Amino acid sequence: MNDGDSMTTGRSGLSPAEPAPPPGAARGSMLEARDLLRAFGNTPALQGASLTVAQGEVLAVMGPSGSGKSTLLHCLAGIYTPDRGEVWFDGRRIDTLSENRRTELRRTAFGFVFQFGQLVPELTALDNVALPLLLGRVRRRRAYETAQSWLARLGLGDLGARRTGELSGGQAQRIAIARALATRPAVLFADEPTGALDSLTGEKVMDLLVSTARQEGTTVVVVTHDARVAACADREVMVRDGRVAAGYGAAAAAR
Amino acid sequence: MSVPLTLLGLLDREPSHGYDLKRDYDAFFGRGKPLPFGQVYSTLGRLARDGKVTAGEAEPGDGPDRKRYAITEAGRREVESWLAQPAEPEPHLQTVLFAKVVLALMLGHPAADYLDAQRAAHLRRMRELTELRRTGPTVDVLLADYGLFHLEADLRWIDATEARLGALAELVRTSETGI
Repeated sequence: MNDGDSMTTGRSGLSPAEPAPPPGAARGSMLEARDLLRAFGNTPALQGASLTVAQGEVLAVMGPSGSGKSTLLHCLAGIYTPDRGEVWFDGRRIDTLSENRRTELRRTAFGFVFQFGQLVPELTALDNVALPLLLGRVRRRRAYETAQSWLARLGLGDLGARRTGELSGGQAQRIAIARALATRPAVLFADEPTGALDSLTGEKVMDLLVSTARQEGTTVVVVTHDARVAACADREVMVRDGRVAAGYGAAAAAR
Repeated sequence: MSVPLTLLGLLDREPSHGYDLKRDYDAFFGRGKPLPFGQVYSTLGRLARDGKVTAGEAEPGDGPDRKRYAITEAGRREVESWLAQPAEPEPHLQTVLFAKVVLALMLGHPAADYLDAQRAAHLRRMRELTELRRTGPTVDVLLADYGLFHLEADLRWIDATEARLGALAELVRTSETGI
């Protein structure tokens, strides 16, 4: 799918030239945050957050507003770099990568679903799903075929021609999921993916997100304050005052 | 769950044997906690004594009890009255968890850790119910929903309590010292 992308090796999105992980790195872990510190101005957001996510795991990150859970997700996804600490993805350190390489990594190895505002309203549903594939240099015809199959998989096969601005909240989130998974990312990051939906629609969207990701073997990190959403995950962690609460940090396989 | 009233309600459909009542109770209300036969027959015995059911003649055949039970008019009135009466909306202020939190604060134990442990246990149960909801028949889906909404309410209470632990600790401290 990403043929011609020199950075991509399989689903990890990183070349094998990266240094090997130091002794003690968690085996079988897909993502790891080590003692992350991150401040915005004088306001500390992360104050020593550590976390391991196993390959194929669906992890819910919970915590009160302002606890740092979204910042943690953004650091894990290479959107923010921590002021201190390390972020590892698939055995490679990513927080020290250049901005360009992190951008490339996000495009090739990660998928994202946010609360809202992620789709391009002027484009059709099909265009939106095809977009990341086209950006990944997939041939146009193949990109649109793949996008159409993803729309069908999420029960939206007949809505491809609709502009996303004309869709309901639940439909828009399903398109966002299709778009995020169409590139077959190793990790799907979701930040309050059902936050703008009513509870029944949110439940259906979350069920689709998790079941589809599981079928794909995709690791999922979902930030949520909603216990019903967290109950769809394999495991939850609590973030409090910029740290992962005691007893929560290790991946299920490692506990 | 009131076993006598539930059995009485099941009998309000049609006269039944004890084992039929047990089978239906377990299917609809047992949820992994089957009603012991002994309890079925002792309950039916008490209901018969109180004039709410009548026991027919023993029928020929094997088994512990071959009697068919039928609801009486008094029993039927009781079922109707029970169904029509809303359950007491309890304020839940004296739950075990509330007592634990307050006691923990009184004893200087880590109340926040207890709340975390409770949250984890609640989420584990919610995960089981979510799975049941995804795969189970409609009756299970409805019952799982009921459980999930209640657990969710508990979790909100846990979150709110956690946010107010400092104030609660202060209150417990000042109440204890009589200030």
